[in-house]
Amino acid sequence: MSYKGKFRVWRGEGGEGRLEDFTVEVNEGEVVLDVIHRLQATQAPDLAVRWNCKAGKCGSCSMEINGKPRLGCMTRMSTFTEDETITVTPMRTFPVIKDLVTDVSFNYQKAREVPSFTPPKDVKPGEYRMQQIDVERSQEFRKCIECFMCNNVCHVIRDHEENKTHFAGPRFLMRIAELDMHPYDVADRKDSAQEEHGLGYCNITKCCTEVCPEHIKITDNALIPMKERVVDRKYDPLVWLGNKIFRR
Amino acid sequence: MTQQTAESPARKQRAQLKVRTLRTDRWWLAPALTFAGLTFFLIYGFWAIFDKSYFVEPYIAPFSSPCLTTACPEGARLFGWAPIGDWFTLPPGLIILGLPAGFRFTCYYYRKSYYRSFWLSPPACAVGEPHKKYTGETRLPLVIQNVHRYFFYGAILIGAVLSYDAILALIHKPAGLGTWILLVNAVLIVLYTLSCHSCRHITAGRLNHFSKHPLRYRAWTFVSKLNAKHMQLAWASLFSVMIADFYVRMVAKGVITFPFA
Repeated sequence: MSYKGKFRVWRGEGGEGRLEDFTVEVNEGEVVLDVIHRLQATQAPDLAVRWNCKAGKCGSCSMEINGKPRLGCMTRMSTFTEDETITVTPMRTFPVIKDLVTDVSFNYQKAREVPSFTPPKDVKPGEYRMQQIDVERSQEFRKCIECFMCNNVCHVIRDHEENKTHFAGPRFLMRIAELDMHPYDVADRKDSAQEEHGLGYCNITKCCTEVCPEHIKITDNALIPMKERVVDRKYDPLVWLGNKIFRR
Repeated sequence: MTQQTAESPARKQRAQLKVRTLRTDRWWLAPALTFAGLTFFLIYGFWAIFDKSYFVEPYIAPFSSPCLTTACPEGARLFGWAPIGDWFTLPPGLIILGLPAGFRFTCYYYRKSYYRSFWLSPPACAVGEPHKKYTGETRLPLVIQNVHRYFFYGAILIGAVLSYDAILALIHKPAGLGTWILLVNAVLIVLYTLSCHSCRHITAGRLNHFSKHPLRYRAWTFVSKLNAKHMQLAWASLFSVMIADFYVRMVAKGVITFPFA
């Protein structure tokens, strides 16, 4: 069964642009990305949209659908009513290149700022021996498909552009937590998480967890545990007193 | 590195949508309900602290337990003990209020709920917040939220005291409705306390080698399961403590008088 769906799509380059109205055919079983492709094929051949796998695994088609960060390929049209106007806009936190395509290089910059896995100097590749229970906690974070919707929805940078310089965003704070929990990582990540990557800016409102298409418990399993590790290092008065007394 | 302001060229490169949000669902409902629930709790708590009908044998209202001054009736004192003496003339509940209040105020779940519903930072996901500047928990006063684990230790003591009160009531009045209300409340308070993120960290969350600490790992696994229900336990215990407290006060005032009260 098909119907004519009403869409409002952001069109424009850079920050300039407007929402344009379209009426597009919608068929049973389709997702929003299918309709965007039909729109591109039939009415707006110059409409820019980034996509790749259409299976929710590449993280390319991140966009905002009715104001919520979603993957276009994983948002079923059956979740909307037939008379509903569906508004599709680019991710709001990042600069727009064209239409629905944003420049997400902020995220790659932040990724580079996180020091990579640092094993002990006396352990050579091939000598790592880890038990499953020691690594499965951080394996959850490896499910990340880098759609950057968590960084997009995080109000610390979404509403405050000025914080982009000193806040890595949930994606990369999760990466820091993943490395800090790694049994063979010896880099000191607690101080840098707080001082350089802005963990203290996170006020744990859990939007990153809400939008994660891989259902990673970013806040509960990465950000809060990392905050607690930072407390061990910086804010626990007993630890501070012990350091003062024993001059550690 | 030069800091950018909200009006910087980089900000203008984003899609210039002039509306606060394009969400079409009822995103305001959850923060509104949270605001109402927490405000109701604060108003009730304020009334309860100054209400003097907090004890009726064998029940003591949770908001006033443990009672540590000589102003408390003999049976209301913890182990018959009144370490504060008679110099403290304000309501006895004020002495211990700081522990459970501080525990809930610095709780990671409640932080989320009041940052969203009271401070609107943000009110809901992908809804613009009204503040021009944001520093989060990087400086005073919010950096103090990091002492949560100390309130957790205090909350463990309060949970133990409330459990003790409920067991005393069970011994002296096993068929009393109040006994079972206090018991359910004590169980919910203890579960909420144990489901805390700091508890999860203390049990074994801080370790990188679970395999070397099997008992702590088992404790962490148990707390992690509870932690997944932290929000539900936070609300259930919030209402249970109010209901239990109100019930005891009504019995103490003689408003509730039926035989198995």
